Amino acid sequence: MLSIAAFREGRHAQAFPSFGSERTGAPVVAYCRIDDREIRVREPIAAPDALIIQDPTLLHQVDVFSGLAPQGFVLINTGRSIEELGLADLRARTDRIATVPATELALKHVKRPVPNAALLGAFASLTGRLSMKAVVDAILEKFPGEIGRANAAAASEAFERLVHAEAD
Amino acid sequence: MLKQIEGSRAVAEAVALCRPEVICAYPISPQTHIVEGLGAIVRSGALAPCEFINVESEFAAMSVAIGASAAGARAYTATASQGLLFMAEALFNASGLGLPIVMTVANRAIGAPINIWNDHTDAMSQRDCGWIQLFAENNQEALDLHIQAFRLAEELSLPVMVCMDGFILTHAYERVDMPTQDQVDAYLPPFSPRQVLDPADPVSIGAMVGPEAFTEVRYLAHAKQMQALDLIPAWAAQFRRAFGRDTGGLLHTYAIEDAETVVVALGSVLGTIKDTVDEMRRRGVKIGVLGITCFRPWPHAAVRAVLSAAKRVVVLEKSLAVGVGGIVSTNVRTALTGRTVPVYDVIAGLGGRPITRAALGRVFADAVSDELGLTTFLDLNSAVVEKVLQKESETRRSGPLAENVLKASHGLPAR
Repeated sequence: MLSIAAFREGRHAQAFPSFGSERTGAPVVAYCRIDDREIRVREPIAAPDALIIQDPTLLHQVDVFSGLAPQGFVLINTGRSIEELGLADLRARTDRIATVPATELALKHVKRPVPNAALLGAFASLTGRLSMKAVVDAILEKFPGEIGRANAAAASEAFERLVHAEAD
Repeated sequence: MLKQIEGSRAVAEAVALCRPEVICAYPISPQTHIVEGLGAIVRSGALAPCEFINVESEFAAMSVAIGASAAGARAYTATASQGLLFMAEALFNASGLGLPIVMTVANRAIGAPINIWNDHTDAMSQRDCGWIQLFAENNQEALDLHIQAFRLAEELSLPVMVCMDGFILTHAYERVDMPTQDQVDAYLPPFSPRQVLDPADPVSIGAMVGPEAFTEVRYLAHAKQMQALDLIPAWAAQFRRAFGRDTGGLLHTYAIEDAETVVVALGSVLGTIKDTVDEMRRRGVKIGVLGITCFRPWPHAAVRAVLSAAKRVVVLEKSLAVGVGGIVSTNVRTALTGRTVPVYDVIAGLGGRPITRAALGRVFADAVSDELGLTTFLDLNSAVVEKVLQKESETRRSGPLAENVLKASHGLPAR
């Protein structure tokens, strides 16, 4: 959906999962590149400009921050603060860090623990690289009907929360 | 129309635009979203009277495609990996009978050891089964190649395999330009078979042929593929005029003018190679790229012409002929007969190992200074290999190879 949102803003985008044996609950990684010209490279992203962490329980199992660009964006799906997560040290590398309780927002709007759309809304707010309109349009393209509208509502609330958090 | 969609979805929509009449597939792993997408399109009624037939195996999938094609229907299926191998006998039948079936192969490794990831071993294992084999560099080309494949297959009365990298392309969301139904209809006329099972005009398809005529039948199969070497560029040119895209054909070159070192490859790794070559060009290295789109028939003369000025050739391939080395490189060497330029094999990306610009940059630099070995395994962990070999030399009952390699690479003690 991130790549669809970027595409809708006239950019080139390439999104691909990392592939493993399929089992529910297994840790997974997915990548997205966004550029103003055709993207030809096919290697996984080792030095991301931005990280979205969907499952904070992975934080202390995998070094998810390895390779993060200096001043890279970090968005974590959690209701806790960076300090509460034990990640205060991360501030030495970047101050563009945000948290959003995306799973809670999903439960509220979608009635299921699917944090993706809410994280995308928060990501648009944190980075300022995507308009909320493109995000909502991408969600509705991928999930037409009521499910799409519920996810779009979760994304919009996540977007607003980060806007207000920055204003505070 | 520009769309941001998954590669599998793009191929499903392109195949639907080709108005197939029978789609048969074994829907369980190893399979892609392609047939899932086509199943949904058929169920919607948009492709009527197309029939989607769920079969019990890949062997059955190809057998049903053969029957459908012999009955005069435009037939399509898709598979990968062990699924392609399970079809092997039927593949020879489809080509031997001259039936214009189109099939997607979402390239993946072959076990053992079990591995679900991308490389070209599946398609390469069937390179001599008589099918035309086209390799896509990106999802736009994958989409376009399917449209060209139906045209090619039916003009030549030969089956065509469109190979696209499993996962790397099939599961990637990227921009594609989806043609309109009118555009595809104008390029691809309705199927007019050279042979058809028709009770009103009976023929025997699949007659037994003894020594007195077998060589002639095989010769004609070969001659037809040689003929395809002329027709494939012609239809790609026609495609370019109709759709405005330079996809398909026998091969594509990149930064080839004045290139002293030429990298030959096929499939999606070409994109990573081009980015690596751009970076080397900026530093003044005279290096270029030859992408092979059509691997079967082998475009001998075209490859020879492109490589005529090269001082060295690096063939980077996702396949391995055990006991020989590279497969593509063996073909490239035939195109260089009589010339003495070194051809360096680089075996890369086996079983889904990422091929990075950093690794390519190193191996190309070694090639440019002629310090590369004739056969190199990119990013091979030599320490692990040494450890396993040492254990084998010390212990008779050294245990299963794959388990030993896994333990050694995870730093675990051997049993």
